[in-house]
Amino acid sequence: MSFLEVTLFLLDGFKISLLIFAVTLLCGAPLGLPIAFCSMSRFKPVQAVSKVFVWIVRGIPLMLQIFIIYYVPGLLFQTPIFAHIDRYMASNFNILDAGRITAVLIAFVINYACYFSEIYRGGIESISKGQYEAGYVLGLTKSQVFKKIILKQVVKRIVPPMSNEIITLIKDTALANCIVVCEIIKQAKELAATKALVWPLFYTGVFYLLFVGILTIVLGKVEKKLSYFKS
Amino acid sequence: MSVLEVKNIKKSFGKTEVLKGISFSLEKGEVLSIIGSSGSGKTTLLRCLNFLEFASEGTISVNGKLIFDGQAENELSDSEIRNNRLHFGLVFQSFNLFPQYSVLENITLAPTLLNRGSEEEIKATALSLIERVGLIDKINNYPCELSGGQQQRVAIARALALEPEILCFDEPTSALDPELTGEVLRVIKDLKNEDSTMIVVTHEMEFARNISDKVIFMADGVIEEMGTPDEVFLNPRSEKTKSFLLKDIETVG
Ligand SMILES: Nc1ncnc2c1ncn2[C@@H]1O[C@H](COP(=O)(O)OP(=O)(O)O)[C@@H](O)[C@H]1O
Ligand SMILES: [Mg+2]
Repeated sequence: MSFLEVTLFLLDGFKISLLIFAVTLLCGAPLGLPIAFCSMSRFKPVQAVSKVFVWIVRGIPLMLQIFIIYYVPGLLFQTPIFAHIDRYMASNFNILDAGRITAVLIAFVINYACYFSEIYRGGIESISKGQYEAGYVLGLTKSQVFKKIILKQVVKRIVPPMSNEIITLIKDTALANCIVVCEIIKQAKELAATKALVWPLFYTGVFYLLFVGILTIVLGKVEKKLSYFKS
Repeated sequence: MSVLEVKNIKKSFGKTEVLKGISFSLEKGEVLSIIGSSGSGKTTLLRCLNFLEFASEGTISVNGKLIFDGQAENELSDSEIRNNRLHFGLVFQSFNLFPQYSVLENITLAPTLLNRGSEEEIKATALSLIERVGLIDKINNYPCELSGGQQQRVAIARALALEPEILCFDEPTSALDPELTGEVLRVIKDLKNEDSTMIVVTHEMEFARNISDKVIFMADGVIEEMGTPDEVFLNPRSEKTKSFLLKDIETVG
Protein backbone atom coordinates (compact mmCIF):
# COMPACT_ATOMS: atom_id res chain seq x y z
CA MET A 1 0.00 0.00 0.00
CA SER A 2 1.32 3.39 -0.91
CA PHE A 3 1.59 6.24 1.55
CA LEU A 4 -1.31 7.98 -0.17
CA GLU A 5 -3.51 4.90 0.03
CA VAL A 6 -2.78 4.51 3.73
CA THR A 7 -3.51 8.20 4.26
CA LEU A 8 -6.86 7.95 2.53
CA PHE A 9 -7.73 4.78 4.41
CA LEU A 10 -6.94 6.43 7.73
CA LEU A 11 -8.78 9.57 6.68
CA ASP A 12 -11.92 7.46 6.30
CA GLY A 13 -11.53 6.56 9.95
CA PHE A 14 -10.74 10.11 10.99
CA LYS A 15 -14.04 11.23 9.45
CA ILE A 16 -15.79 9.02 12.00
CA SER A 17 -13.63 10.53 14.76
CA LEU A 18 -14.62 13.99 13.58
CA LEU A 19 -18.27 13.00 13.43
CA ILE A 20 -18.18 11.85 17.05
CA PHE A 21 -16.35 15.05 17.95
CA ALA A 22 -18.83 17.35 16.20
CA VAL A 23 -22.01 15.67 17.43
CA THR A 24 -20.71 15.50 20.99
CA LEU A 25 -19.83 19.17 20.96
CA LEU A 26 -23.01 20.36 19.25
CA CYS A 27 -25.36 18.28 21.42
CA GLY A 28 -23.34 17.96 24.63
CA ALA A 29 -22.58 21.66 25.06
CA PRO A 30 -26.25 22.75 25.05
CA LEU A 31 -27.34 19.71 27.06
CA GLY A 32 -24.85 20.68 29.76
CA LEU A 33 -26.83 23.86 30.49
CA PRO A 34 -30.04 22.29 31.86
CA ILE A 35 -27.90 19.85 33.85
CA ALA A 36 -25.94 22.78 35.31
CA PHE A 37 -29.15 24.60 36.23
CA CYS A 38 -30.52 21.45 37.86
CA SER A 39 -27.31 21.08 39.87
CA MET A 40 -27.76 24.67 41.08
CA SER A 41 -31.50 24.35 41.66
CA ARG A 42 -32.83 25.58 44.97
CA PHE A 43 -35.27 22.67 44.87
CA LYS A 44 -33.19 20.08 46.73
CA PRO A 45 -34.55 16.84 45.14
CA VAL A 46 -33.77 18.14 41.64
CA GLN A 47 -30.33 19.23 42.77
CA ALA A 48 -29.66 15.86 44.41
CA VAL A 49 -30.74 13.82 41.37
CA SER A 50 -28.66 15.99 39.09
CA LYS A 51 -25.57 15.80 41.27
CA VAL A 52 -25.79 12.02 41.66
CA PHE A 53 -26.20 11.65 37.90
CA VAL A 54 -23.16 13.81 37.22
CA TRP A 55 -21.20 11.91 39.86
CA ILE A 56 -21.99 8.55 38.22
CA VAL A 57 -21.28 9.71 34.69
CA ARG A 58 -18.02 11.35 35.66
CA GLY A 59 -17.09 8.52 37.99
CA ILE A 60 -17.22 5.66 35.48
CA PRO A 61 -14.78 5.26 32.59
CA LEU A 62 -16.24 6.47 29.32
CA MET A 63 -15.31 3.14 27.73
CA LEU A 64 -17.50 1.34 30.24
CA GLN A 65 -20.35 3.74 29.49
CA ILE A 66 -20.07 2.91 25.82
CA PHE A 67 -20.36 -0.80 26.67
CA ILE A 68 -23.34 -0.12 28.90
CA ILE A 69 -25.24 1.89 26.29
CA TYR A 70 -24.41 -0.63 23.58
CA TYR A 71 -25.09 -3.89 25.41
CA VAL A 72 -27.72 -3.11 28.06
CA PRO A 73 -30.76 -2.91 25.74
CA GLY A 74 -29.98 -6.43 24.52
CA LEU A 75 -29.00 -7.91 27.88
CA LEU A 76 -31.83 -6.48 29.96
CA PHE A 77 -34.65 -6.10 27.46
CA GLN A 78 -33.76 -8.72 24.89
CA THR A 79 -33.71 -6.03 22.20
CA PRO A 80 -30.17 -5.39 20.95
CA ILE A 81 -31.39 -2.20 19.34
CA PHE A 82 -28.00 -0.97 18.12
CA ALA A 83 -27.22 -4.28 16.43
CA HIS A 84 -30.60 -4.05 14.70
CA ILE A 85 -29.80 -0.54 13.48
CA ASP A 86 -26.43 -1.80 12.24
CA ARG A 87 -28.02 -4.55 10.20
CA TYR A 88 -30.93 -2.45 8.94
CA MET A 89 -28.79 0.46 7.74
CA ALA A 90 -26.19 -1.86 6.25
CA SER A 91 -28.65 -3.90 4.21
CA ASN A 92 -30.97 -1.06 3.17
CA PHE A 93 -28.64 1.90 2.74
CA ASN A 94 -25.25 0.27 2.67
CA ILE A 95 -24.18 2.38 5.67
CA LEU A 96 -21.82 0.52 8.01
CA ASP A 97 -21.66 0.71 11.80
CA ALA A 98 -24.69 3.04 12.07
CA GLY A 99 -25.98 1.39 15.27
CA ARG A 100 -22.59 1.22 16.93
CA ILE A 101 -21.89 4.82 16.10
CA THR A 102 -25.28 5.80 17.52
CA ALA A 103 -24.44 4.03 20.78
CA VAL A 104 -21.07 5.78 20.91
CA LEU A 105 -22.69 9.17 20.22
CA ILE A 106 -25.23 8.69 23.00
CA ALA A 107 -22.51 7.73 25.48
CA PHE A 108 -20.29 10.63 24.43
CA VAL A 109 -23.03 13.26 24.48
CA ILE A 110 -24.19 12.27 27.97
CA ASN A 111 -20.66 12.00 29.30
CA TYR A 112 -19.47 15.31 27.91
CA ALA A 113 -22.72 17.10 28.82
CA CYS A 114 -21.96 16.22 32.44
CA TYR A 115 -18.40 17.52 32.23
CA PHE A 116 -19.59 20.69 30.49
CA SER A 117 -22.33 21.16 33.09
CA GLU A 118 -19.74 21.26 35.85
CA ILE A 119 -17.73 23.84 33.93
CA TYR A 120 -20.86 25.96 33.46
CA ARG A 121 -21.77 25.63 37.11
CA GLY A 122 -18.30 26.67 38.20
CA GLY A 123 -18.42 29.62 35.82
CA ILE A 124 -21.83 30.81 36.93
CA GLU A 125 -21.07 30.40 40.61
CA SER A 126 -17.82 32.33 40.25
CA ILE A 127 -19.58 35.56 39.30
CA SER A 128 -19.85 37.81 42.32
CA LYS A 129 -23.19 38.47 43.98
CA GLY A 130 -22.49 42.17 43.48
CA GLN A 131 -22.91 41.87 39.71
CA TYR A 132 -26.43 40.52 40.15
CA GLU A 133 -27.28 43.09 42.79
CA ALA A 134 -25.98 45.98 40.69
CA GLY A 135 -28.41 44.83 37.98
CA TYR A 136 -31.31 44.37 40.37
CA VAL A 137 -31.02 47.81 41.94
CA LEU A 138 -31.19 49.25 38.42
CA GLY A 139 -34.65 47.70 38.13
CA LEU A 140 -33.67 44.90 35.76
CA THR A 141 -35.46 41.56 35.75
CA LYS A 142 -33.70 38.35 36.68
CA SER A 143 -33.55 37.25 33.07
CA GLN A 144 -32.22 40.63 31.91
CA VAL A 145 -29.53 40.44 34.56
CA PHE A 146 -28.54 36.95 33.47
CA LYS A 147 -28.58 37.62 29.73
CA LYS A 148 -27.14 41.12 29.66
CA ILE A 149 -24.75 41.10 32.60
CA ILE A 150 -23.82 37.63 33.79
CA LEU A 151 -23.69 35.52 30.63
CA LYS A 152 -20.76 37.15 28.88
CA GLN A 153 -18.68 37.10 32.05
CA VAL A 154 -19.43 33.41 32.44
CA VAL A 155 -18.49 32.73 28.82
CA LYS A 156 -15.19 34.48 29.32
CA ARG A 157 -14.44 32.41 32.40
CA ILE A 158 -15.36 29.05 30.90
CA VAL A 159 -13.44 29.39 27.64
CA PRO A 160 -10.14 28.06 29.04
CA PRO A 161 -11.63 24.98 30.79
CA MET A 162 -13.91 24.33 27.80
CA SER A 163 -10.89 24.48 25.50
CA ASN A 164 -9.22 21.80 27.59
CA GLU A 165 -12.28 19.62 27.47
CA ILE A 166 -12.69 20.06 23.71
CA ILE A 167 -9.09 19.05 23.07
CA THR A 168 -9.54 16.00 25.28
CA LEU A 169 -12.70 15.15 23.35
CA ILE A 170 -11.02 14.66 19.98
CA LYS A 171 -8.55 12.25 21.57
CA ASP A 172 -11.31 10.44 23.48
CA THR A 173 -13.01 9.53 20.21
CA ALA A 174 -10.46 6.71 19.95
CA LEU A 175 -12.46 4.94 22.68
CA ALA A 176 -15.13 4.19 20.07
CA ASN A 177 -13.01 1.30 18.86
CA CYS A 178 -13.97 -0.65 21.98
CA ILE A 179 -17.18 -1.63 20.20
CA VAL A 180 -15.44 -1.91 16.84
CA VAL A 181 -16.44 1.44 15.37
CA CYS A 182 -14.08 2.20 12.50
CA GLU A 183 -12.55 5.39 13.80
CA ILE A 184 -8.97 6.16 12.82
CA ILE A 185 -7.12 3.94 15.29
CA LYS A 186 -9.39 1.01 14.48
CA GLN A 187 -8.51 1.56 10.82
CA ALA A 188 -4.80 1.54 11.62
CA LYS A 189 -5.16 -1.64 13.64
CA GLU A 190 -6.91 -3.16 10.69
CA LEU A 191 -3.89 -2.40 8.50
CA ALA A 192 -1.61 -3.99 11.06
CA ALA A 193 -3.74 -7.12 11.17
CA THR A 194 -4.40 -7.58 7.48
CA LYS A 195 -1.38 -5.98 5.79
CA ALA A 196 1.22 -6.35 8.53
CA LEU A 197 1.77 -2.57 8.45
CA VAL A 198 2.53 -1.16 11.87
CA TRP A 199 3.67 2.37 11.02
CA PRO A 200 0.14 3.65 10.15
CA LEU A 201 -0.75 3.20 13.81
CA PHE A 202 1.84 5.81 14.74
CA TYR A 203 0.98 7.92 11.73
CA THR A 204 -2.55 8.45 13.16
CA GLY A 205 -0.95 10.76 15.72
CA VAL A 206 -0.31 13.27 12.95
CA PHE A 207 -4.04 13.53 12.24
CA TYR A 208 -4.81 14.27 15.87
CA LEU A 209 -1.96 16.72 16.13
CA LEU A 210 -3.03 18.68 13.08
CA PHE A 211 -6.62 18.86 14.27
CA VAL A 212 -5.63 19.87 17.81
CA GLY A 213 -3.42 22.53 16.22
CA ILE A 214 -6.42 24.00 14.40
CA LEU A 215 -8.54 23.81 17.56
CA THR A 216 -5.86 25.56 19.58
CA ILE A 217 -5.74 28.42 17.10
CA VAL A 218 -9.54 28.80 16.93
CA LEU A 219 -10.02 28.59 20.70
CA GLY A 220 -7.15 31.00 21.20
CA LYS A 221 -8.95 33.48 18.93
CA VAL A 222 -12.13 33.16 20.99
CA GLU A 223 -10.16 33.76 24.16
CA LYS A 224 -8.47 36.78 22.62
CA LYS A 225 -11.80 38.20 21.52
CA LEU A 226 -12.99 38.22 25.12
CA SER A 227 -9.77 39.61 26.50
CA TYR A 228 -10.87 43.24 26.10
CA PHE A 229 -12.36 43.13 29.59
CA LYS A 230 -11.33 41.71 32.93
CA SER A 231 -13.82 40.19 35.27
CA MET B 1 -44.55 65.54 53.12
CA SER B 2 -41.37 63.50 53.54
CA VAL B 3 -39.75 61.91 50.54
CA LEU B 4 -38.90 58.92 52.66
CA GLU B 5 -40.47 57.65 55.81
CA VAL B 6 -39.02 54.55 57.43
CA LYS B 7 -40.85 53.15 60.43
CA ASN B 8 -39.69 50.51 62.86
CA ILE B 9 -37.67 48.42 60.41
CA LYS B 10 -36.54 45.12 61.89
CA LYS B 11 -34.41 42.51 60.21
CA SER B 12 -32.95 39.24 61.43
CA PHE B 13 -30.62 36.76 59.83
CA GLY B 14 -31.54 33.47 61.43
CA LYS B 15 -31.54 34.14 65.16
CA THR B 16 -29.44 37.31 65.14
CA GLU B 17 -31.45 40.49 65.00
CA VAL B 18 -29.41 42.94 62.93
CA LEU B 19 -31.90 45.83 62.74
CA LYS B 20 -33.95 46.30 65.88
CA GLY B 21 -36.50 48.91 64.90
CA ILE B 22 -35.14 51.72 62.75
CA SER B 23 -37.28 54.80 62.14
CA PHE B 24 -36.39 58.05 60.43
CA SER B 25 -37.65 60.35 57.74
CA LEU B 26 -36.03 62.39 55.05
CA GLU B 27 -37.21 65.56 53.32
CA LYS B 28 -36.65 66.32 49.68
CA GLY B 29 -33.13 67.57 49.02
CA GLU B 30 -31.86 66.47 52.40
CA VAL B 31 -28.66 64.56 52.93
CA LEU B 32 -28.58 61.97 55.67
CA SER B 33 -25.30 60.49 56.83
CA ILE B 34 -25.22 57.22 58.69
CA ILE B 35 -22.18 56.49 60.80
CA GLY B 36 -21.41 53.67 63.18
CA SER B 37 -18.91 50.92 63.75
CA SER B 38 -18.77 47.98 61.41
CA GLY B 39 -21.40 45.34 62.02
CA SER B 40 -23.92 47.85 63.37
CA GLY B 41 -26.34 47.18 60.50
CA LYS B 42 -25.76 50.16 58.16
CA THR B 43 -25.38 48.07 55.00
CA THR B 44 -28.36 45.93 55.93
CA LEU B 45 -30.49 49.04 56.31
CA LEU B 46 -29.54 50.29 52.84
CA ARG B 47 -30.15 46.83 51.41
CA CYS B 48 -33.64 46.81 52.92
CA LEU B 49 -34.37 50.18 51.32
CA ASN B 50 -33.21 48.83 47.96
CA PHE B 51 -35.13 45.59 48.36
CA LEU B 52 -32.03 43.42 48.24
CA GLU B 53 -33.15 42.25 51.69
CA PHE B 54 -36.66 42.25 53.03
CA ALA B 55 -37.30 43.61 56.48
CA SER B 56 -39.29 41.30 58.70
CA GLU B 57 -41.20 44.18 60.27
CA GLY B 58 -41.78 47.84 59.65
CA THR B 59 -42.88 50.05 56.79
CA ILE B 60 -41.26 52.11 54.06
CA SER B 61 -43.15 54.97 52.43
CA VAL B 62 -41.94 57.13 49.56
CA ASN B 63 -43.71 60.45 48.91
CA GLY B 64 -46.45 59.39 51.27
CA LYS B 65 -47.11 56.15 49.47
CA LEU B 66 -46.61 52.94 51.40
CA ILE B 67 -44.32 50.74 49.29
CA PHE B 68 -43.34 48.14 51.85
CA ASP B 69 -45.10 46.69 54.85
CA GLY B 70 -43.42 43.87 56.74
CA GLN B 71 -46.77 42.87 58.20
CA ALA B 72 -48.53 42.62 54.84
CA GLU B 73 -50.21 39.31 54.10
CA ASN B 74 -49.15 38.81 50.52
CA GLU B 75 -45.61 39.08 49.28
CA LEU B 76 -44.65 41.70 46.74
CA SER B 77 -44.55 40.45 43.16
CA ASP B 78 -41.33 40.62 41.18
CA SER B 79 -42.55 43.59 39.18
CA GLU B 80 -43.66 45.47 42.32
CA ILE B 81 -40.23 44.88 43.79
CA ARG B 82 -38.59 46.25 40.65
CA ASN B 83 -40.80 49.32 40.67
CA ASN B 84 -40.05 49.90 44.34
CA ARG B 85 -36.34 49.62 43.71
CA LEU B 86 -36.54 52.40 41.15
CA HIS B 87 -37.36 54.94 43.87
CA PHE B 88 -33.86 54.31 45.17
CA GLY B 89 -30.40 54.20 43.69
CA LEU B 90 -27.53 52.37 45.33
CA VAL B 91 -23.82 52.98 44.98
CA PHE B 92 -21.84 50.02 46.32
CA GLN B 93 -18.65 50.01 48.28
CA SER B 94 -17.08 47.80 45.60
CA PHE B 95 -18.50 49.75 42.58
CA ASN B 96 -19.82 46.64 40.81
CA LEU B 97 -19.48 48.12 37.34
CA PHE B 98 -20.26 45.70 34.53
CA PRO B 99 -16.79 44.74 33.27
CA GLN B 100 -17.79 43.84 29.71
CA TYR B 101 -19.36 47.24 29.05
CA SER B 102 -17.64 50.54 28.38
CA VAL B 103 -18.24 53.51 30.65
CA LEU B 104 -20.97 54.80 28.36
CA GLU B 105 -22.62 51.39 28.03
CA ASN B 106 -22.57 50.87 31.79
CA ILE B 107 -24.70 53.98 32.11
CA THR B 108 -27.03 53.44 29.15
CA LEU B 109 -27.69 49.72 29.78
CA ALA B 110 -30.51 50.02 32.32
CA PRO B 111 -32.30 53.04 30.79
CA THR B 112 -32.24 51.21 27.45
CA LEU B 113 -33.60 47.97 28.89
CA LEU B 114 -36.26 49.94 30.79
CA ASN B 115 -37.27 51.88 27.66
CA ARG B 116 -36.57 55.23 29.25
CA GLY B 117 -36.44 57.04 25.91
CA SER B 118 -34.93 56.86 22.45
CA GLU B 119 -31.39 55.73 21.92
CA GLU B 120 -30.26 59.31 21.29
CA GLU B 121 -32.00 60.70 24.36
CA ILE B 122 -30.52 58.02 26.58
CA LYS B 123 -27.08 58.59 25.17
CA ALA B 124 -27.35 62.37 25.57
CA THR B 125 -28.42 62.00 29.21
CA ALA B 126 -25.60 59.55 29.83
CA LEU B 127 -23.04 61.87 28.30
CA SER B 128 -24.15 64.78 30.44
CA LEU B 129 -23.91 62.59 33.53
CA ILE B 130 -20.42 61.46 32.55
CA GLU B 131 -19.50 65.07 32.08
CA ARG B 132 -20.81 65.85 35.56
CA VAL B 133 -18.62 63.20 37.16
CA GLY B 134 -15.68 64.44 35.10
CA LEU B 135 -14.98 61.42 32.91
CA ILE B 136 -15.92 62.64 29.46
CA ASP B 137 -12.53 61.55 28.10
CA LYS B 138 -13.18 57.98 29.30
CA ILE B 139 -16.54 57.16 27.74
CA ASN B 140 -15.16 54.32 25.63
CA ASN B 141 -12.88 52.86 28.27
CA TYR B 142 -13.67 49.66 30.11
CA PRO B 143 -13.85 49.46 33.91
CA CYS B 144 -10.56 47.55 34.09
CA GLU B 145 -8.87 50.57 32.54
CA LEU B 146 -10.06 52.96 35.25
CA SER B 147 -8.80 53.74 38.73
CA GLY B 148 -11.02 52.91 41.68
CA GLY B 149 -12.05 56.53 42.06
CA GLN B 150 -12.99 56.76 38.41
CA GLN B 151 -14.95 53.52 38.62
CA GLN B 152 -16.90 54.81 41.58
CA ARG B 153 -17.73 58.01 39.71
CA VAL B 154 -19.05 55.93 36.83
CA ALA B 155 -21.12 53.93 39.31
CA ILE B 156 -22.61 57.17 40.62
CA ALA B 157 -23.47 58.30 37.08
CA ARG B 158 -25.00 54.89 36.40
CA ALA B 159 -27.26 55.22 39.44
CA LEU B 160 -28.22 58.79 38.51
CA ALA B 161 -29.21 57.77 34.99
CA LEU B 162 -32.46 56.32 36.32
CA GLU B 163 -33.23 59.52 38.26
CA PRO B 164 -33.89 57.86 41.61
CA GLU B 165 -35.70 59.94 44.21
CA ILE B 166 -33.28 58.84 46.89
CA LEU B 167 -29.68 57.94 46.17
CA CYS B 168 -27.95 55.67 48.68
CA PHE B 169 -24.20 55.30 49.11
CA ASP B 170 -22.70 52.41 51.04
CA GLU B 171 -19.25 53.51 52.13
CA PRO B 172 -18.47 54.80 48.64
CA THR B 173 -14.83 55.53 49.44
CA SER B 174 -13.92 52.62 51.72
CA ALA B 175 -12.44 50.54 48.91
CA LEU B 176 -10.34 53.43 47.61
CA ASP B 177 -6.78 54.48 48.22
CA PRO B 178 -6.78 57.59 50.42
CA GLU B 179 -5.63 59.86 47.60
CA LEU B 180 -8.66 58.86 45.50
CA THR B 181 -11.39 59.48 48.06
CA GLY B 182 -11.41 63.23 47.40
CA GLU B 183 -12.61 63.02 43.80
CA VAL B 184 -15.55 60.80 44.78
CA LEU B 185 -16.53 62.90 47.77
CA ARG B 186 -16.42 65.99 45.56
CA VAL B 187 -18.91 64.42 43.15
CA ILE B 188 -21.25 63.60 46.02
CA LYS B 189 -20.93 67.15 47.30
CA ASP B 190 -21.83 68.51 43.88
CA LEU B 191 -24.95 66.36 43.95
CA LYS B 192 -25.95 67.97 47.21
CA ASN B 193 -25.72 71.37 45.60
CA GLU B 194 -28.14 70.14 42.97
CA ASP B 195 -30.66 69.20 45.64
CA SER B 196 -30.46 65.44 45.37
CA THR B 197 -31.88 63.50 48.27
CA MET B 198 -29.20 61.20 49.58
CA ILE B 199 -28.37 58.70 52.27
CA VAL B 200 -24.64 58.28 52.75
CA VAL B 201 -23.13 55.56 54.91
CA THR B 202 -19.59 56.69 55.54
CA HIS B 203 -16.57 56.54 57.75
CA GLU B 204 -15.39 59.97 56.56
CA MET B 205 -16.40 62.00 59.58
CA GLU B 206 -15.24 65.36 58.25
CA PHE B 207 -17.22 64.76 55.09
CA ALA B 208 -20.33 63.62 56.96
CA ARG B 209 -20.21 66.74 59.08
CA ASN B 210 -19.91 69.05 56.10
CA ILE B 211 -22.39 67.52 53.75
CA SER B 212 -25.21 66.34 56.01
CA ASP B 213 -28.46 67.91 57.06
CA LYS B 214 -29.00 65.02 59.42
CA VAL B 215 -26.72 62.42 60.97
CA ILE B 216 -27.64 59.03 62.36
CA PHE B 217 -25.26 57.13 64.58
CA MET B 218 -26.08 53.44 64.56
CA ALA B 219 -24.95 50.91 67.13
CA ASP B 220 -26.00 47.27 67.37
CA GLY B 221 -28.99 47.64 65.10
CA VAL B 222 -30.56 50.68 66.72
CA ILE B 223 -30.35 54.41 66.09
CA GLU B 224 -28.27 55.42 69.07
CA GLU B 225 -28.30 59.09 68.19
CA MET B 226 -29.89 61.25 65.51
CA GLY B 227 -29.63 64.96 64.91
CA THR B 228 -27.96 67.75 63.00
CA PRO B 229 -24.23 67.33 62.35
CA ASP B 230 -23.44 69.83 65.09
CA GLU B 231 -25.62 68.03 67.59
CA VAL B 232 -24.13 64.63 66.86
CA PHE B 233 -20.52 65.60 66.34
CA LEU B 234 -20.16 68.46 68.84
CA ASN B 235 -22.64 67.59 71.57
CA PRO B 236 -23.26 63.87 71.47
CA ARG B 237 -25.63 62.81 74.22
CA SER B 238 -25.03 59.09 74.18
CA GLU B 239 -21.91 57.58 75.71
CA LYS B 240 -21.62 55.17 72.77
CA THR B 241 -21.55 58.06 70.30
CA LYS B 242 -18.92 59.82 72.34
CA SER B 243 -16.61 56.85 72.50
CA PHE B 244 -17.17 56.08 68.78
CA LEU B 245 -16.21 59.62 67.82
CA LEU B 246 -13.23 59.57 70.15
CA LYS B 247 -11.99 56.34 68.64
CA ASP B 248 -12.33 57.87 65.20
CA ILE B 249 -10.20 60.82 66.16
CA GLU B 250 -7.59 58.47 67.58
CA THR B 251 -7.40 56.27 64.47
CA VAL B 252 -7.35 59.23 62.11
CA GLY B 253 -5.10 61.41 64.23
N1 LIG C 1 -26.71 37.84 54.62
C1 LIG C 1 -26.37 37.80 55.94
N2 LIG C 1 -26.51 36.66 56.64
C2 LIG C 1 -26.20 36.62 57.94
N3 LIG C 1 -25.74 37.66 58.65
C3 LIG C 1 -25.57 38.83 58.00
C4 LIG C 1 -25.88 38.96 56.61
N4 LIG C 1 -25.63 40.24 56.24
C5 LIG C 1 -25.19 40.87 57.34
N5 LIG C 1 -25.13 40.03 58.40
C6 LIG C 1 -24.73 40.40 59.76
O1 LIG C 1 -25.44 41.54 60.14
C7 LIG C 1 -24.64 42.40 60.91
C8 LIG C 1 -24.69 43.79 60.31
O2 LIG C 1 -24.02 43.77 59.08
P1 LIG C 1 -23.94 45.04 58.16
O3 LIG C 1 -25.31 45.55 57.89
O4 LIG C 1 -23.13 44.68 56.98
O5 LIG C 1 -23.16 46.08 59.08
P2 LIG C 1 -22.34 47.37 58.68
O6 LIG C 1 -22.63 47.71 57.25
O7 LIG C 1 -22.78 48.41 59.63
O8 LIG C 1 -20.91 47.03 58.89
C9 LIG C 1 -23.26 41.80 60.95
O9 LIG C 1 -23.09 41.17 62.17
C10 LIG C 1 -23.28 40.77 59.83
O10 LIG C 1 -22.46 39.70 60.15
MG1 LIG D 1 -21.31 47.86 55.62
